[in-house]
Amino acid sequence: MIYQIPFIAVAGLILIGLYAVIFKRNLIKIVIGITLIESGVNLFLITLGYRQGSLAPIFTGNPNVDKAMSLPVPQALTLTSIVIGVAVLALMLSLIIHIYRHYGTLDVKKLAKKEADEE
Amino acid sequence: MNFFESLLTHSPALIVAVPLLGAFLTPLISKINDKIRNAFVVFIVGLTGVLISMLSYDVLMNNKMHNYVFGGDSALIMPASGESFAVRIIFAVDGLNAFMIIIGAILAFVGVIYSWHFMKEHTGLDKYYTLVLLMIAGMLGMMLTGDMFNFFVFLEITSISSCALIAFYTNKGKSVLAGFKYIVISTIGALFILFAIALLYGQYNALNMAVLANSIQFNTFTDKIALVLLISGLGMKAGIVPMHMWLPDSYGQAPSSVTLILIGTTQAGLYALFRMVFTVFGRHITSPIELTIAGNNILAGTNLNSIVGIILVVLAILTMIIGVMMALKESDFKRMIAFAAVAEIGYMVLAIGAAFFTLSPSEITIEGVQVTFYSFSQAGQMAIKGGLFHIINDALDIGLLFLVAGAIYYVTKETSLNKLGGLARNMKFTTIFFIIGLLAVSGMPPMNGFASKLLIYESIYLINPILAIVAILCSILLLATFVKVLHSVFLGPKIPKFDEVKEVPASMLIGMGLIAIVIIFFGLFPNLILENIVQPAADALMNYSAYIGGSLL
Repeated sequence: MIYQIPFIAVAGLILIGLYAVIFKRNLIKIVIGITLIESGVNLFLITLGYRQGSLAPIFTGNPNVDKAMSLPVPQALTLTSIVIGVAVLALMLSLIIHIYRHYGTLDVKKLAKKEADEE
Repeated sequence: MNFFESLLTHSPALIVAVPLLGAFLTPLISKINDKIRNAFVVFIVGLTGVLISMLSYDVLMNNKMHNYVFGGDSALIMPASGESFAVRIIFAVDGLNAFMIIIGAILAFVGVIYSWHFMKEHTGLDKYYTLVLLMIAGMLGMMLTGDMFNFFVFLEITSISSCALIAFYTNKGKSVLAGFKYIVISTIGALFILFAIALLYGQYNALNMAVLANSIQFNTFTDKIALVLLISGLGMKAGIVPMHMWLPDSYGQAPSSVTLILIGTTQAGLYALFRMVFTVFGRHITSPIELTIAGNNILAGTNLNSIVGIILVVLAILTMIIGVMMALKESDFKRMIAFAAVAEIGYMVLAIGAAFFTLSPSEITIEGVQVTFYSFSQAGQMAIKGGLFHIINDALDIGLLFLVAGAIYYVTKETSLNKLGGLARNMKFTTIFFIIGLLAVSGMPPMNGFASKLLIYESIYLINPILAIVAILCSILLLATFVKVLHSVFLGPKIPKFDEVKEVPASMLIGMGLIAIVIIFFGLFPNLILENIVQPAADALMNYSAYIGGSLL
């Protein structure tokens, strides 16, 4: 059971994120939803990187250690994915600033109405 | 090894590296002079184009696969334990990749030339060109890479830079909203893809596409989830119907030169969809093999072709019908072309999806072992060729129409069809280019659209006549849409407001002219293109084991 907890957390985070993206009307909350999905996926990657009974992949040169080391690929992937996530987050928030300056609201329905009125 | 050969060996990496480094040099060169910067950007994209033509020529003509492994000779490493596993990033270039990068090169080159005058009046052009080069690098990376995670990274590079470019006119609220819609959809799509990659990695310990294709068993539920997530995530990037709503907004609001390159990134998403379905899951979808030994049936692959085929065909039909209907009722020039682009994507997916229904088993017996393998029939192969040929034709046709829309916006600052009229008097060349684009996009004889659409109609008529009828009907409606545009924008009475309108500057005419020449050339010599470019790509698509064998040597 204890090993299932990360996977349950992953499912929870992704579902909450999808709920926020689909049903929330505030743009900031949509962005929060996206970052939640992203955290879920990152957590999933990290969880995959662990193999039961393995060591952290740090080479110490100690000949007495006979345990297997886990391959550090998922950790590298997660780091890359986090960096990309930060860039996307910054871009989305800066677009939100512009949207607020133009329309004075972040409500999706009001924005759609104002966009249609612009014609 | 002489200089030319070593350049060829390293060209897969250089094709991505040259625009990437060029992107970060652009702001520095921008400090000197605007003209030098523009020339520099054209030079960088031209250099990339030369490298691409060298590489594609070698791949397509000599029918050989190019592999470029970063940091070693082979993608596989063998630690002391004896097990080999793939960790290095690999660029594997077979016929299909070579075919796609040709499209990318044409679109990127024309887009940059067209930008020279089109964007001249705007400020912040150093950032604009940096982002354009980043987008080109990301797009070409998506088309070249043979590594799943590397694909995700290039996908995100492309999304981030194209989102910033869609929202280039930050003084217009609509552009910013379009940019926001784009980044939300593409980030969610990319996260779906990343999740699918993680699912596959967790089971098979590999990110390399060839290794995955070799080892996917398709006997667990997670494999199915991964396939569904990949198809839906890449469908979002390619703009297939239930996920198409970002496409008209972002195509319509981005500067026309950017839209041209955006078409390339959308096609890259479509390419990845085909690569996943045909190669990574190829053993279970397109070429399952069954072995029967002494009466025992050993299923070496799960036959998924009909279900994937039905899903793709239904999505394609929806994409075509909804795209065309929305284009008919639209009154904004650029949004109308964008909906036509949605409809055109339907044709490619339709042709490829319909081909799945023609997979038929054939049996041979070798030493008491009965082997059943599936292959595409003649009609199916023709449909695949037509679908692939249509990818390049659609990019050129829709691209040309967007450039014409950009030219009209450049001189009139107007995109609404209701306010435009009588422009043919002052813009003769643009009108000619528009007519070429119109004929090409609706599949009329002397243009390239006819060649590929005829192939699609013929082949899917053999598979299911109703599909062919729907496809032809949508094509006729597209013609109706654009004839309406021709009438309301170029013909009709003079509008006093546009009396002073002049023809657009030379660089924009050169950009449009280049695409128009390629369109007519493809239309006049379709067999030349089909045999030399499309056939190797179709062969590469249909034969997933060649990809595995070629990239794991």
